[in-house]
Amino acid sequence: MIALSDYLIVSAILFSLSVAGIFINRKNIIILLMSVELMLLAVNMNFIAFSYYLNDTAGQVFVFFILTVAAAEAAIGLAILIVLFRKRHSINVDDISEMKG
Amino acid sequence: MVEIISFYVFAGLLLFAATMVITMKNPVHSALFLVMTFFNCAALWLMLEAEFLAITLVLVYVGAVMVLFLFVVMMLDINIARMREGFARYLPIAAVVAVILAVELILVVGPANFGLEQFAEPVRHAADYSNTRELGLILYTVYLYPFEIAAAILLVAIVAAISLTMRRREGTRHQDITKQVATKATDCVRVVKMESDTDYDGGSDA
Amino acid sequence: MENLFLTIVLAPLVGSLLAGLFGKQIGRTASHWVTISGVALSCALSFYVMKLFVMDGMASYNESVYTWLVSDGIKFEIGFLVDKLTAIMLVVVTFVSLMVHIYTIGYMHDDPGYQRFFSYIALFTFSMLMLVMANNFLQLFFGWEAVGLVSYLLIGFWYTRETAVFANLKAFLVNRVGDFGFLLGIAAVLMYTGSLDYATVFAKVPSLVGETMQVFPGTEWSVLTVMCILLFIGAMGKSAQVPLHVWLPDSMEGPTPISALIHAATMVTAGIFMVSRMSPIFELSTTALAFILFIGAVTALFMGFLGLIQHDIKRVVAYSTLSQLGYMTVALGASAYSAAIFHLMTHAFFKALLFLAAGAVIIAMHHEQDMRKMGGLRKYMPITYWTSLIGSLALIGFPGFAGFFSKDTIIEAVHAATKLDHATWVHSFAYFAVLAGVFITALYSFRMFFLVFHGKERMDDHTREHLHECKAVVTVPLILLAIPSVLAGYLLSDVVMGDYFGTAIYVAQANDVIGALAADYHGILGFLLHGVQGPAFWLAMGGLFSAWFIYMKRPSIADWFQDKFGFLHTLFENKYYMDDLFIKVFAGGGRMLGKGLWKQGDVNVIDGLIVNGSAATINWFAGVVRVVQTGYLYHYAFVMILGLLGLLSWFVWWGA
Repeated sequence: MIALSDYLIVSAILFSLSVAGIFINRKNIIILLMSVELMLLAVNMNFIAFSYYLNDTAGQVFVFFILTVAAAEAAIGLAILIVLFRKRHSINVDDISEMKG
Repeated sequence: MVEIISFYVFAGLLLFAATMVITMKNPVHSALFLVMTFFNCAALWLMLEAEFLAITLVLVYVGAVMVLFLFVVMMLDINIARMREGFARYLPIAAVVAVILAVELILVVGPANFGLEQFAEPVRHAADYSNTRELGLILYTVYLYPFEIAAAILLVAIVAAISLTMRRREGTRHQDITKQVATKATDCVRVVKMESDTDYDGGSDA
Repeated sequence: MENLFLTIVLAPLVGSLLAGLFGKQIGRTASHWVTISGVALSCALSFYVMKLFVMDGMASYNESVYTWLVSDGIKFEIGFLVDKLTAIMLVVVTFVSLMVHIYTIGYMHDDPGYQRFFSYIALFTFSMLMLVMANNFLQLFFGWEAVGLVSYLLIGFWYTRETAVFANLKAFLVNRVGDFGFLLGIAAVLMYTGSLDYATVFAKVPSLVGETMQVFPGTEWSVLTVMCILLFIGAMGKSAQVPLHVWLPDSMEGPTPISALIHAATMVTAGIFMVSRMSPIFELSTTALAFILFIGAVTALFMGFLGLIQHDIKRVVAYSTLSQLGYMTVALGASAYSAAIFHLMTHAFFKALLFLAAGAVIIAMHHEQDMRKMGGLRKYMPITYWTSLIGSLALIGFPGFAGFFSKDTIIEAVHAATKLDHATWVHSFAYFAVLAGVFITALYSFRMFFLVFHGKERMDDHTREHLHECKAVVTVPLILLAIPSVLAGYLLSDVVMGDYFGTAIYVAQANDVIGALAADYHGILGFLLHGVQGPAFWLAMGGLFSAWFIYMKRPSIADWFQDKFGFLHTLFENKYYMDDLFIKVFAGGGRMLGKGLWKQGDVNVIDGLIVNGSAATINWFAGVVRVVQTGYLYHYAFVMILGLLGLLSWFVWWGA
């Protein structure tokens, strides 16, 4: 039988992978965005697993909302990316350091 | 038995695809592997009786968001070589952090706390059970207001994305409806006073 | 009854508001008419109240009119306590005020601030009436502060004169010192009796006998003594007792009618009235009474000396006021409250008279106040001359005049007090002081009188040509005030020796000096005869004669004295260096302290260290920390993940 912990472990590994992705792809903002999507996926997986094992639909509702927000985030993130590229002809993170204090 | 096998297959493919996403040189490949990740994930969700969300994931993410990613990746002329700078250099630390994180997370969520003893496998629903109906019932009653807010967020996202990326290039031709409607007769027709042709000799042939 | 008292109080206020707020619209004449009719109404009703008490034997009235607020069971009310003590104050205040109002028409005739002046003095009358009619400490304090305020406004009436502004500030600040004590006293009363109402407080104070409090840690003080001395400090400020007397001579910067009304007849006697009103409290503390006696005696004697060397006609009268206030305070200290009030009354009449007469002289001399430039005014100003003579004789206590009866009663009372069981050196000193004071009083009073009205005419020719008696608005008040200055004394039989005050004034059995005097009292004639045989009369005559001899017969003697006793003259000239002490030590010290606090405390510590310092510290810290903000996305991500890792590790190993 598949236990709850199995699903949780899968999502934990997925989360750790996306963290590693953020580290190694530090210059590529597109992969960074993808890693964030992976993280959200891991979280969603946890929600759904709990929802199933606790027999509570509320968890799925939360996933629904997270998907909504994630879609919006992706859309706006990519829009910003396009604007950025138009201005600088680059999406290298090294070139975006205006926030330096 | 089938369940266990399919779980391990999907989970294994999921993790493999995720690893590929973060290690591929070409962002296009990464995006394609991300699609694969989503597909496998959707399969796992189906096993967890979250049919509606699984299908939504495929439709929305694979169908819309990932296509958007691909569009962007292909539209922009990206210097991939520069993007890969420091990949090897940060691999060890990334691996260490990821492993520590994974170990710690597994310690927390592992079988000791969330095994079958603590959370028994629930009884599967009958064949005529509708996950979509269940979700809809709760979404349109208890979570009505958050649902509306989610709609508003999506609307804002649409407006934001459009207003950010929209631009008017110089020299392009386009209609200005307002200007067209506001046009007056005097702007279009110019009455010119001309002197009559004085040596016009009325119908006689030369 | 309530309406009657309300009318007495509010009539001057209405006049004041009309003249003050609409003075420009209604004009000068209308301004003085509204205020005078308001005060005249008050005056007439006051006499009516007096008649109700004396002829009809009305019982005293004590009712609250309006409850302002109730807080924690303590009521803050406006109410009237009208008994015979109040009645006598009502008559004195409204009568003198009315006279001064009328006189002002002449005195302020050409002044641009005419309406303002009338508004102020009517407002003063209102405040003073509120003070004397109060039936609780709150209203007393209101009246107390209100008269102080009006006094401040009026001393600085000619606000373009620098000296006037200095004087009114001085008066205000010195009064603050006294009022601070007064306020503490009221607070003590409230704390220990839980009420502000006179009747309730008086009923409760006997139970406080023997109770002690710690003013400074480790010292036990009798509650009643502390309470009384604090209240009396208020009286010291208002009634200009040493050492808080310094403001009164300077207050002569104000217009003369004010000096007469506020700084001689009424406001400065508020302290005397207050202590008499509080007699049920003061009687319970012999220590406080001895303190009062001592302060009064010092004031009575030493302030008189200063009057001897002044050249400003008003200042001489001012110092004599100080000295007479000292007499009243001595009477309070000797538990002869009725004598104090009696002297208050007679003094109000003759001192107002003297001030107004001085004012008349000043008008005639074209606002010249230096007596060295006067002389021989007798033949130019007969009415002023005669009324001044009456006032001066009353002041020095010439037999038959009002001052004689009241002052002699005080002297006799102090004499009787020295024979009490608990009499100390203070009582003997006070007796000596009041006796010596009689001589001094006569000396400076007639020095002034002779310098102004007799002798050589020392003014310049221009002034001499214009010398003439003043108009009726000036002389009529003089004459009207001269009448009670003579006759008020004959009320002695009833007011002091009789049982006029009844329960309004409480005197403990052991302190009852007036009772002892009354036992020996055999009619006004007997008192007169007795007085003539006493030392006070001869001292007064001696003073009068010395004044005549020194300033008329042999003016060289005065110079000889000045040469021989130069140090005394310097001491007097500098007013015992009290002003210097206050201005240099207290005011100067206060300014130095303020400057120090400003420069060191405010600029350096607060602005420099705390305000700018904290900003600079944060600026420096931020400068260090901003290095962390590289602006690179992955650094932020890295820190976030490290944080996540840290939290997770904590949760795994130590948490849960």
